[in-house]
Amino acid sequence: MATLINCPHCGRRTTDEFYIKGDASKVRPTAVGDGTMDQWHDYVHIRDNVRGRVTEYWHHTGGCRQWLVVERDSMTHEVYGVTPAQKWKPAGTKAAAPAVKAAARKAPAKKAGGKR
Amino acid sequence: MTSFRFDKGGLIERQTRLNFSFDGKAMTGHAGDTLASALLANGQLLMGRSFKYHRPRSVVTCGAAEPNALMEIGKGGRLEPNTRATMQELYDGLVAKSQNRWPTLERDFGAITSLASSLFVAGFYYKTFMWPKKFWEAIYEPIIRKAAGLGNLSHEADPDRYEKGYMHCDVLVVGSGPAGLMAALAAARSGARVVVADEHARLGGSIPKEREEIDGRTGTDWAGNVIGELSAMKNVRLMPRTTVFGAYDDAVFGALERVQKDVAEPDHNVPVEKLWRIITKRCVLAAGAEERPIVFGGNDRPGVMTASAMRAFANQYAVAPGRSVAVFTSTDSGCRTALDMKAHGVHVEVILDARKDATKIDTGGVPVMRGALVTDVKGGKHGMSGVEINGHDTIPCQSLAMSGGWSPVVHLACMRGAKPVWNEELSCFMPPAHDPWIIPAGSANGKWRLGDCLADGAAAGSKAAADAGFKAAKVAVPKARDDASHAVSPLWWVKASTGKAFVDYQNDVTSKDLPLAAREGYDHIELAKRYTTSGMATDQGKLGNVNAIGILAEATGKSIAEIGTTTFRPFYTPVSFGALGGQHVGNHFQPVRRSPLHGWAEKLGAAFVETGQWHRSSWFPREGEGWLAAMTREVLNTRKNVGICDVSTLGKIEIKGKDAAEFINRLYSNTFLKLLVGKARYGLMLREDGFVGDDGTTSRLGENHFFMTTTTGHAAQSMRDIEFAQHALWPELDVQYGSVTDEWAQMAVAGPKSRMVLSRVVNADLSNEAFPFLSAREVTVLGHIPGRLFRISFSGELAYELAVPAGFGEAVASAIMHAGQPHGILPYGLEALSSMRVEKGFITHNEINGRHTAGDVGLGKMVSKQKDYIGRMMNEREGLNDPDRMQMVGIRPMDPAKRFRSGAHLVGLNDKPSTATDQGYLSSVAWSPTLNSWIGLGMLKRGRERHGERLIVWDGLREVYLEAEVCNPVFIDPEGEKTHA
Ligand SMILES: [Zn+2]
Repeated sequence: MATLINCPHCGRRTTDEFYIKGDASKVRPTAVGDGTMDQWHDYVHIRDNVRGRVTEYWHHTGGCRQWLVVERDSMTHEVYGVTPAQKWKPAGTKAAAPAVKAAARKAPAKKAGGKR
Repeated sequence: MTSFRFDKGGLIERQTRLNFSFDGKAMTGHAGDTLASALLANGQLLMGRSFKYHRPRSVVTCGAAEPNALMEIGKGGRLEPNTRATMQELYDGLVAKSQNRWPTLERDFGAITSLASSLFVAGFYYKTFMWPKKFWEAIYEPIIRKAAGLGNLSHEADPDRYEKGYMHCDVLVVGSGPAGLMAALAAARSGARVVVADEHARLGGSIPKEREEIDGRTGTDWAGNVIGELSAMKNVRLMPRTTVFGAYDDAVFGALERVQKDVAEPDHNVPVEKLWRIITKRCVLAAGAEERPIVFGGNDRPGVMTASAMRAFANQYAVAPGRSVAVFTSTDSGCRTALDMKAHGVHVEVILDARKDATKIDTGGVPVMRGALVTDVKGGKHGMSGVEINGHDTIPCQSLAMSGGWSPVVHLACMRGAKPVWNEELSCFMPPAHDPWIIPAGSANGKWRLGDCLADGAAAGSKAAADAGFKAAKVAVPKARDDASHAVSPLWWVKASTGKAFVDYQNDVTSKDLPLAAREGYDHIELAKRYTTSGMATDQGKLGNVNAIGILAEATGKSIAEIGTTTFRPFYTPVSFGALGGQHVGNHFQPVRRSPLHGWAEKLGAAFVETGQWHRSSWFPREGEGWLAAMTREVLNTRKNVGICDVSTLGKIEIKGKDAAEFINRLYSNTFLKLLVGKARYGLMLREDGFVGDDGTTSRLGENHFFMTTTTGHAAQSMRDIEFAQHALWPELDVQYGSVTDEWAQMAVAGPKSRMVLSRVVNADLSNEAFPFLSAREVTVLGHIPGRLFRISFSGELAYELAVPAGFGEAVASAIMHAGQPHGILPYGLEALSSMRVEKGFITHNEINGRHTAGDVGLGKMVSKQKDYIGRMMNEREGLNDPDRMQMVGIRPMDPAKRFRSGAHLVGLNDKPSTATDQGYLSSVAWSPTLNSWIGLGMLKRGRERHGERLIVWDGLREVYLEAEVCNPVFIDPEGEKTHA
């Protein structure tokens, strides 16, 4: 894992300041009645163990307390980018969560370029 | 007594005498000595016993790789085992003890294992102790445990302080030898911030250990000048006694600075060791190279050491292991040792050059035998008497220098996973190419000649500075006289050895063990390492690994490149737990959180309990009272009169904004949109998977202003979840929030007389009509303090919670106590609070344990179907709505005085307790002073329809087997009349 993360608000900080929630490639099905149980199951439970490029939710607990999305390589540890969660758009989506309903219903969100 | 000190020479301060002791024997040395050099000066060649065979051992190196001379240093809590005598600076009053011997180093009982050594081959433990099976625990393991390990611990607390720190620089130079100094100079002159770390007390790397000329002056002169220039520069930090032990991602390095390991009584205001995290842009790896021993019979005898170590002891410390020396070499390094020893007046008997075709070099007249192989070393525990050549002739000598080639210290370059690369021509593993941050230089980069090291260092320093964004400065490379070629023709082992030939000294792995491992199928280097334990000792195979790889290659018919190395991991050398712990010991292990009412409770004699970081007032004992008596009195008084309790530790979150109501509505499973201003509501939070996550009360203080509380233990996580919901899920909502847990002192005032008491403190009409149950309002306290009053109850009584700014907490609590005196007010603690909540069947995180749904805990009605919120969909899963699920019930023992505890299982009356008959468990248990009985909340299969049924409470751990009755989890006042009074 990377040792330093370039927080868009705080600059380069050590990873011990962060709490890592995990996969940020999934889109939460929204609104009452939206999303089948299969989609919810995929959103809540199904995680790929990706070797390569991953996107994850990180919380800068010891700094600005902002949720960030870190794009990194799980094998080489290279960090490609750090984005405030508000501005993060998972692959295959055009905007933040609400607009994604239709897409999410057809196909559960896929890994952002992750290779096995 | 073979080892001795020269009358002159060396870099020790002969005028400063230091007294120390070794195994109780008084000895003296000088400032500038290491423990190893001082022992040699005192004629103490025997320094330890080996791990498995208890063979007598002495130093074989002069530095960090030392596998043999490990000692216990210091006394009492300062005692540190496995300290390398070669790295320990001598100080006045130093107390050293040898290890791994019994009863004494001289007469060691364990040495008899040596006689049975044919039994102790590779895989010995696996082969021997597996049968008969039951012997393992009873007999083998205790014996092995007793014999295993090297030094001992004192079992006393370490009295010293340790610290951790961050350091930032542009260029980190690891090692301060010729390459390191040039790199530092080049980088520093370019303006980069430079840190130079060297594990030794004296900077200069190999320079003080060799007799070389640089720029026409002695090496030490030259180094002194460079160090002088560097130390005068503001952008340079020189760190002797600092081992860079690990390389991590993003050019972050771990380093251990030994601040006060060179004194008997450290200054308590200064740490003894400091653990550094060095954040740099580039690192010049100028860590040097390790000279390899040769694997031949008797290569572990006291008096045998690497050629470079012998030179170092002679040149820097003016000591020699014997009066006469032979040299056994496959490189030119051996010849240089012959010259140096001769210069110090030590008789050099012969140079045994394993290379049949070595180029002729100046040996100062010492005879050279080409193609000669040492097959055994004669002598005893106090030294050697001669070496056996090619299996027959014996040449008398008191010490033997050996040189089997050089291994660049590549560790730091390999710790992130890259493998070192075998270089056939240089006969060594080179650092992996293309590291993004590490630039190897000097002999760590396979440069053996001094001139090459100086030039390579300068180039590396310039490149590092340029990479870090600085304009490279010009540095002239000084001239050096380069005679030695250091050409090596590898000689992995002398097959004709008649004596035992060691590959790994510390773990007693011999030349025969590796081929044996290969024959038995453990031919992969990682398997062979574990099967033979080669490279697994505290020195991690710094000396032996490459020889082991060479021998394994021969045994398997593979090339060395094919065999490869084992994995390099931090730490390069051992790091003390003290340094890793740093300041985080004892009471500083984690921060202590005290409520604003802590002092108030303390004055009232509270007993405190640690719950996470909080210290909470638990009960308020009177003279002679235990917790149960105090808690009972507090509960009865609260239910009869009035009590006051500190609830400041609840998580508190202030929420404002146009969309605050909508936001909160999406966090809780029950609805909050229509909560009226001035009202509080109990809320349930689910996790996204549908299980209950947390609960609390949220009050609406204004149209767009809410005040939320969470449970104490879940406060931090709830805050993080709320932030996630806003940042990641619903960033479009216009809402602001912040944790205000520490800003408010909050106290519960509960009991039938609470209204009367509070009315005297709060300027507000508290009548049931004006301030009914679940009212929440901003009030003025004591005429001037802004407060928030909530009519909520966790005790089931008429009760209020009053929040005031933290700084007013103690004053307001005292005022309430004063006002309540005529009404019999008493403080109550966490124990009474818990008992009353169990009596009322309220849930806490005993029930909200991640395995239960709202329906399970009897709050199914709080799950809305009309809106989206966290956990909405997953809560509808079939399994979470199975009527067979466990449901919360009350449990009362048939004999009210019989205690049970939470965690106990619930089984049928006639069932034998088992996984199959298990029907549930007790989640919370309390003594109920109101009912005069132990009572519990439990989770029971189909529990709600089973009130009145009898079952067994079984606790196999505490041997409890009790008959009990299932009942309503609300034990008292199920209609809530008291609360609404
Ligand atoms: Zn930040």
